[in-house]
Amino acid sequence: MALLELKDVSMVYNGKVKALDKINLSVEKGDWLAIMGPSGSGKTTLMNIIGCMDHATGGEIILDGISLADVDKQKLTEIRREKIGMVFQQFHLVPYLTAMENVMVAQYYHSIPDTDEAKAALKRVGLEDRAGHLPSQLSGGEQQRVCIARALINYPVLILADEPTGNLDETNQNLVMKIFHELHEEGHTIITVTHSAEVGKEAERCVIIEHGKIKKVYENHHENLEGYFVP
Amino acid sequence: MKLKFFLRMIFYSLFRRRLRMLVALIAVAVGATIISGMVTVYREVPQQLGREFRAYGANLLLIPAGDASTFSAENLTKVNEILKGNEVIGIAPFLYERLEINKQYILTGGTDFDEVQKVSPYWHVEGRYPVKGEREVLIGAQLAKILSPYEPAEIIGQEVTISAGEGTAMRKYLVTGIVSTGGKEEEFAFTNLDELQNISGKEGEIGIAQLSIVAEGENLKSIEESISRAVPALQPQTVQQIANSEFNVLNKLQVLVLLVTAIVLILTLICVTTTMMAVVTERRKEIGLKKALGASDSNIVREFLGEGCLLGAFGGLLGSGLGYLFAESVSVQVFGRGIYFSVSIAILAVVLSILVTGAASLIPVRIAVNVDPAIVLRGE
Repeated sequence: MALLELKDVSMVYNGKVKALDKINLSVEKGDWLAIMGPSGSGKTTLMNIIGCMDHATGGEIILDGISLADVDKQKLTEIRREKIGMVFQQFHLVPYLTAMENVMVAQYYHSIPDTDEAKAALKRVGLEDRAGHLPSQLSGGEQQRVCIARALINYPVLILADEPTGNLDETNQNLVMKIFHELHEEGHTIITVTHSAEVGKEAERCVIIEHGKIKKVYENHHENLEGYFVP
Repeated sequence: MKLKFFLRMIFYSLFRRRLRMLVALIAVAVGATIISGMVTVYREVPQQLGREFRAYGANLLLIPAGDASTFSAENLTKVNEILKGNEVIGIAPFLYERLEINKQYILTGGTDFDEVQKVSPYWHVEGRYPVKGEREVLIGAQLAKILSPYEPAEIIGQEVTISAGEGTAMRKYLVTGIVSTGGKEEEFAFTNLDELQNISGKEGEIGIAQLSIVAEGENLKSIEESISRAVPALQPQTVQQIANSEFNVLNKLQVLVLLVTAIVLILTLICVTTTMMAVVTERRKEIGLKKALGASDSNIVREFLGEGCLLGAFGGLLGSGLGYLFAESVSVQVFGRGIYFSVSIAILAVVLSILVTGAASLIPVRIAVNVDPAIVLRGE
């Protein structure tokens, strides 16, 4: 059984605006999928639904054997906490907590904060010597790596990354993508949502969405993706 | 570990965002300062003012019960026992007799001048008070004009002869001063109590005692009742005019202080609510992030209430210290004496501050739990 299964998933806002129109998608354990599309294509809506932050108005979504359509808001929060690790474009670190405390926040909401585990997670992204720094004392790339460490800390079944390199320079972009590759090799399931063809082609599979529908699916690091232009 | 991290989180949320939280802290601290200051003043003022009021003379009189014209001095010892635990300014015994001074019959009082100075500080003496054990006399201002019509002040330092009447021994007394009181006393002469008792042959007897006690209203009434019960030879009487006006002034003052305290509490509540609301609005992304990380509504509520309470505790501590200094300076400037730091008022100020900031956080917390976690995506 697939880790994530979307069957005819639709999202209609206010009964009129169709953001997603019968999306069918299957993500196996260990997959790396990129979702691409222009602004307003429905990427964010899809990410909200996969990330357990919103309910779809139609269709069926099964994440790790749980049907997300049947659960209430509280349960959705619980599933999000247990199953998903999120990486954000703007890092979103708590400004008054150190790098290590930011990693521990996710542990705190999940189970019990553990200093040693948090340290190990920071070491995993090469930031063990920056553990005591506040976000304002870290570079963009470092902040994003803290964000990745935080996403990994609770052993999620799915890592959901929203434009993970959107705010980074080339060096940091490469560093972050390297970490994603390593995670993929370790067997993590990753979904990245991105504008960038360069980031998109790093994934095994790339789904192009337009007007709320899947327009095309590229398999196996398709080089043609370079020609795919995202405005 | 979980609680430790929770405390760490709310502590840092306040202290690593010093500038932001300083405004809220000042709001709470100012409120707590005024509350603790006001409550201290509220508690201290009756005592302080009570002492001030004692400058207007006795508030309790002891006269002989029934038809007797005097009572034994031993009764005052009993009264002293009853008054233990009360702040007694003074007890001035008086015995009045008609004596012949320089061949004129004059109403003369025998008293304890040390006590008179405490009970009736408004007595103004030109010269000095008679010394205990000496044959000395104090002359009323009106009486001085009779005894020394041309230059009343010249009588000071002269000797007068005093006797109980014709056929009795005549004794010479030194006039030490002229007393002005604005009352009947100016027509009298005063000497030491034992001298007068001796001249009139009324050893150990007292006609009336004037008491000045720091007590008002109900307190004074209960003192009056217990004296009346325990010492049947005495009939205590409160000096209604003074006791009543004292009670009224204090009552009005206390209501005023209470009113100001209530208004300050409400203003603090509004101020802190607004600040906390601004804080929540400013931190929508952080709240969204925490929810995206899996924080439940109750997690968010706990954090914001925790922050509010911590803010209240720090503001309260700061405020109770400043409030004491405020009350102390009010007391020193107005009453000329300091006050003790009251731990119970400090605790009250801290608890009230925590309650107020807790209550003030309720509305912002409601907004906080409604923040949509999806706002953290796409930099919305």
